[in-house]
Amino acid sequence: MASSDSPADDKAGLSRRLHDSQLNSGHIEGQGRKNAMRVLVIEDDKETAQFLQKSLKENGHTADLAGDGEVGLTLATDNAYDVLIVDRMLPHLDGLSVIKSLRAEGNRTPALILSALGEVDDRVKGLRAGGDDYLTKPYAYSELLARVEALGRRTVPEEQQTRYTVGDLVLDRLSHRVTRAGDHILLQPREYRLLEYLMQHAGQVVTRTMLLEHVWDYHFDPQTNVIDVHVSRLRAKIDKNFDKPLLHTVRGAGYTIRDGPA
Amino acid sequence: MTAPLERVAKAASTTAFGLSAAAVAFFLFAAAIVVGFLFWQTNNLLTRQVLGALNAEARILASELKVGGSTKLTETVTALSRPGGTGLYYLADHNGMKIAGNLNRIPPELESDPRGGVFSYQPPKADNGNTRLAVAIPVDLGADVRLIIGRDIEDQRLFADSVRRAFLLGFGVLSLIGLLGGLAVSRLILNRIEAITGTSRSIMEGDLSRRIPESGGGGELDALAGNLNEMLDRIEGLMSGLREVSDNIAHDLKTPLNRLRNAAEAALRDPRGGEAYREGLERTIEKADDLIKTFNALLLIARLEAGPLEDSVETFDLGRFVEDVSELYTPAAEEAGFALSIEAERDVLVRANRQLIGQAVANLIDNAIKYSRGGEPGSAITVRAYRLGDGAAISVSDHGPGISPGDRERALKRFVRLEASRTKPGTGLGLSLVAAVARLHHGEIRLEDNQPGLKVVLLLSGKCLIASAGDAPPSLAAQ
Repeated sequence: MASSDSPADDKAGLSRRLHDSQLNSGHIEGQGRKNAMRVLVIEDDKETAQFLQKSLKENGHTADLAGDGEVGLTLATDNAYDVLIVDRMLPHLDGLSVIKSLRAEGNRTPALILSALGEVDDRVKGLRAGGDDYLTKPYAYSELLARVEALGRRTVPEEQQTRYTVGDLVLDRLSHRVTRAGDHILLQPREYRLLEYLMQHAGQVVTRTMLLEHVWDYHFDPQTNVIDVHVSRLRAKIDKNFDKPLLHTVRGAGYTIRDGPA
Repeated sequence: MTAPLERVAKAASTTAFGLSAAAVAFFLFAAAIVVGFLFWQTNNLLTRQVLGALNAEARILASELKVGGSTKLTETVTALSRPGGTGLYYLADHNGMKIAGNLNRIPPELESDPRGGVFSYQPPKADNGNTRLAVAIPVDLGADVRLIIGRDIEDQRLFADSVRRAFLLGFGVLSLIGLLGGLAVSRLILNRIEAITGTSRSIMEGDLSRRIPESGGGGELDALAGNLNEMLDRIEGLMSGLREVSDNIAHDLKTPLNRLRNAAEAALRDPRGGEAYREGLERTIEKADDLIKTFNALLLIARLEAGPLEDSVETFDLGRFVEDVSELYTPAAEEAGFALSIEAERDVLVRANRQLIGQAVANLIDNAIKYSRGGEPGSAITVRAYRLGDGAAISVSDHGPGISPGDRERALKRFVRLEASRTKPGTGLGLSLVAAVARLHHGEIRLEDNQPGLKVVLLLSGKCLIASAGDAPPSLAAQ
């Protein structure tokens, strides 16, 4: 399914983000630098691969390129990467086999599968082969970046965290209680899960499609932008009566929750 | 003249003809063995009878020689040799001179064989010179005389001949009938096969509408023809689907592609420069994104129509899921001025593709929001999920302009957007995608009058339904 984001906005949003980051002492980019990732791009199309390498570099990451499955497998085995970006159709050894081989060796590096095959069961096959996320071509770069950064952070065992804190906003995963500056905030179950996912990725950009996939478990195109209304309702509950907003819209890309400048 | 000959030659070269010819040949071979054995046996029996009679007579004549001497024997032989008798005799003295009898000489056939045998002779009164067949044995009477007695077996031979002729004639007639039968059967089969071949050839040449004629007899060839026809129906369906898609791609994707190109060109020509380029690029990407959406929807429909998806069937509560998807749209619907109400029956467990059902419900709600006017009194959208017959149904009703009965069929077609201006955003694939999802679940989509407004019903067949919550196998429920 196509992302519900408009890549038109993505591009604009991206450059604005880069621009903003320079102005605002590089908050987003700083996020990238703090978590600078080493990415392996296994992609046989040179132009795409170079575009990804250049773009990832602009966002503070480093990327190695592999032009086919065998080279990719060797590089992934011999080096420690934070994230693998694997094209599904590759010469010599296809993407799913690369991931399968790595998993068989006990290599658990998070892998994002890129594929022109976007049907429901292709996704299932990709994840079953050991992929951690699946993105259908053509994709918006902002979507790819958000997913790569989310995957890179996965290595930190955040799942076991019982408490998320962003500024004075606290989400207790055991009692399912949300408080801001000590005040209890009453959330609907869906709003709670939305906030939980956003706080789990605090400081990162989370796209609308990522929210749809992880909060709702929907892998289809909702046609219209239904997520925005849900987010703005959540925002009304957590930000409205407070001076400092925490939930920000990253224009063209998605949302981010962070304790920082707007 | 050559055409029938060619047809016969063609029939004769068929497998069917070969098989019937082989059957006839085998039958004739078996019959020949049986008849030949019977014939040989009968002939043998008759010959033995004749020899038995000759031996008895030989004993009588020998005793007559002993009692009455050679004179008496000569008398008896002369008497027996009179015309009208049944035997053949030749009596000679020790010098070889004939004394009595109706044979003129010792048959040369017997000279070499002292035990007697078959020979041909010239009957004394034969006017036409025909020889007759006889069998004779020498009678041992000591050195003084030589006696040969025989019997005419010409009648036996004639009988045997006529029997042989009758059999040969019978065999001939049988072979002919077998041959003709084989030809007829192979012509019959060949005609049917030629019909199949002809049909498949014209199909290969591009006429997919042709079908193999069925005789209606219900034989195995009819069953074959029926199967082939069903296969052809399926292929034709797929082909026309494919053709339709490519036609529609050509027709409906060229317009947005052109718009995309125009947007880029217009930006490039804009004298404002930098800022205009940015706007132009943004518009271009927006248009490209619309194209991608259309493409994805098209590919998904094509994929769904090609057959079931292997891995993605799940068991879930349809009512709960539909409620879930609807709730995703509730805030958006409210913003657009609609009251979205949900009436979902619980415990309707289905085995279906959850994501596709979700996509279908999303498309229907999205259509309802897009094509009916919100913010007016009574602008409500109702989503229902319920059991229907032995299956289940999902319906989305609105109070918008609806679709007139005449347009309903057309609305389900790909790329059909009933508003002529095409100003509203959309790919025109929403409903046909819903229809494809319905077909994948052995169901259908119905457009009904909501009085006023449109009610779209997505039917799932009983095959997808797990009778009740209690009936779900634990393994399925666990998935």
